[in-house]
Amino acid sequence: MIRDITLGQYYPGESWIHKLDPRTKIIGTFVFLVALFLVKDFWGFLVAVAGLALVIGISRVPLSFILKGLKPVFLIILFTFVINMFMTKGETLVGWGFLVITREGLYNAFFMGVRLVLLIIGSSLLTLTTKPIKLTDGIENLLGPLKKIGVPAHELAMMMTIALRFIPTLLEETDKIMKAQMARGADFESGNLLKRAKSLVPLLIPLFISAFRIAQDLAMAMEARCYNGGENRTRMNAMRYSRRDFLAAGAMIFFVVLIVMERNLI
Amino acid sequence: MNLMETIIRIENLIFEYKREEEQEVVRAIDNVSLEIPRGSFTAIIGRNGSGKSTLAKNLNALLLPTSGEIWIDGYNTRDPESLWQVRQRAGMVFQNPDNQLVSSIVEDDVAFGPENLAIPPDEIRIRVDESLKAVGMYEERKKAPHLLSGGQKQRIAIAGVVAMKPQCIILDEPTAMLDPRGRDEVMAIMKKLHQEGITILLITHFMEEAAQAERVIIMDQGRICMDGTPEEIFARSREIRELSLDVPLPVELAEGLRENGIPVPRSIITTEEMVDYLCQLK
Repeated sequence: MIRDITLGQYYPGESWIHKLDPRTKIIGTFVFLVALFLVKDFWGFLVAVAGLALVIGISRVPLSFILKGLKPVFLIILFTFVINMFMTKGETLVGWGFLVITREGLYNAFFMGVRLVLLIIGSSLLTLTTKPIKLTDGIENLLGPLKKIGVPAHELAMMMTIALRFIPTLLEETDKIMKAQMARGADFESGNLLKRAKSLVPLLIPLFISAFRIAQDLAMAMEARCYNGGENRTRMNAMRYSRRDFLAAGAMIFFVVLIVMERNLI
Repeated sequence: MNLMETIIRIENLIFEYKREEEQEVVRAIDNVSLEIPRGSFTAIIGRNGSGKSTLAKNLNALLLPTSGEIWIDGYNTRDPESLWQVRQRAGMVFQNPDNQLVSSIVEDDVAFGPENLAIPPDEIRIRVDESLKAVGMYEERKKAPHLLSGGQKQRIAIAGVVAMKPQCIILDEPTAMLDPRGRDEVMAIMKKLHQEGITILLITHFMEEAAQAERVIIMDQGRICMDGTPEEIFARSREIRELSLDVPLPVELAEGLRENGIPVPRSIITTEEMVDYLCQLK
């Protein structure tokens, strides 16, 4: 059934990583991504892999589950790899006419490939261990200081919250419209890609209309419950940093120091 | 005006919709005056287009009167200064259970109203737990609304309103999209809240539900055409049918029985009363 689909790629768990404050995880992920760009050679990646392995180990998210997340971006990784392999000038290893693999090219290809894989795994760990709704709260809180320069932090977070809430509702709606049209002879399954894409157009229009209707209903319900934007609003679950978060921050600083030292010393 | 006795006071309310394209004005509510006593349970019935939903939206200041005045607990709905007082005092539950829940976690949704009222977090926690217990949804507090039944979603919507500690709850056809079981659940919650002292204003087109209220108001073409206790109203079954509304099944049955010589008292209007009466009969 369409309503059973899981949202995002959250992997439910009670691990230490799952329980961290979402803000710690967002900042941590960001720091990790930046650190990856500081790395100059494979030794640095070894440090990064060790750090990542530690986090994955604590989070108890199965490695196979994480690697599944790489599948959709596999083509991009392959593309980067091939481009780097052929396009870097240097000492020729093998050559067929204009296609030349150089020593530097091969090195670069592996280097970029590893960096890309680490980037993706690193950022997917954030969404794997954090509920989307917590992530939203974290983003709202972190963007809070930017409200002064006009960044609509609360509005962005509210939009994400509502989007998360209504994905299943809209999926059900799609299912309903699709069945109603199939009952009247619409065909969504045969024909080539173009034909199938075209057959979705009559689906999109009623879907848009019902999305607008839902939005109108929801806006009214929110107003009736005294919603007045982000001003003067409290939150039931105020986020609090715990000892765990300070420990994680310490580990993160240690990690960055290692990366920087490796870069400058070796 | 006695604040203690009357919670909702409507004076000569007229509401008109303007249709942009046709330059036509549709009068949805035509000179309605009404007083709802504190702590009462009133049902408003009417056909589609009778103006009953428009009336509900006027009570919450979601719509403002074209002319006439509405006071909720002494606050005029026209006054922008008291808008939040009005909405906090007169909570509103809508028809579609899906389209009025904001968050993807039940307890976060119930917290939405109190959060808007800037209640301190600890107090919100207490209110959310109490409201969820009041509607019997405490066990489901961590679940996602889309995995619950329609009746359960509607109970959460009610909990969301209860958490704002309103004096009065206006329910705009809360059971119209529910199955019979969901309807019974929601009806039971309404009765419970009424017993706890909250004024209930139920807008519905189910006669069986209206029969369970203390007072029934029938609306037609934007006007109030009958107002009284359920017993009084349903005794006038011919007039009700003339407005193309149904009378509750027990009332219809009682009429049939009376025609055939069984003297069923006119006070019998709900299924339970009918069952009790028939079981005594020999």
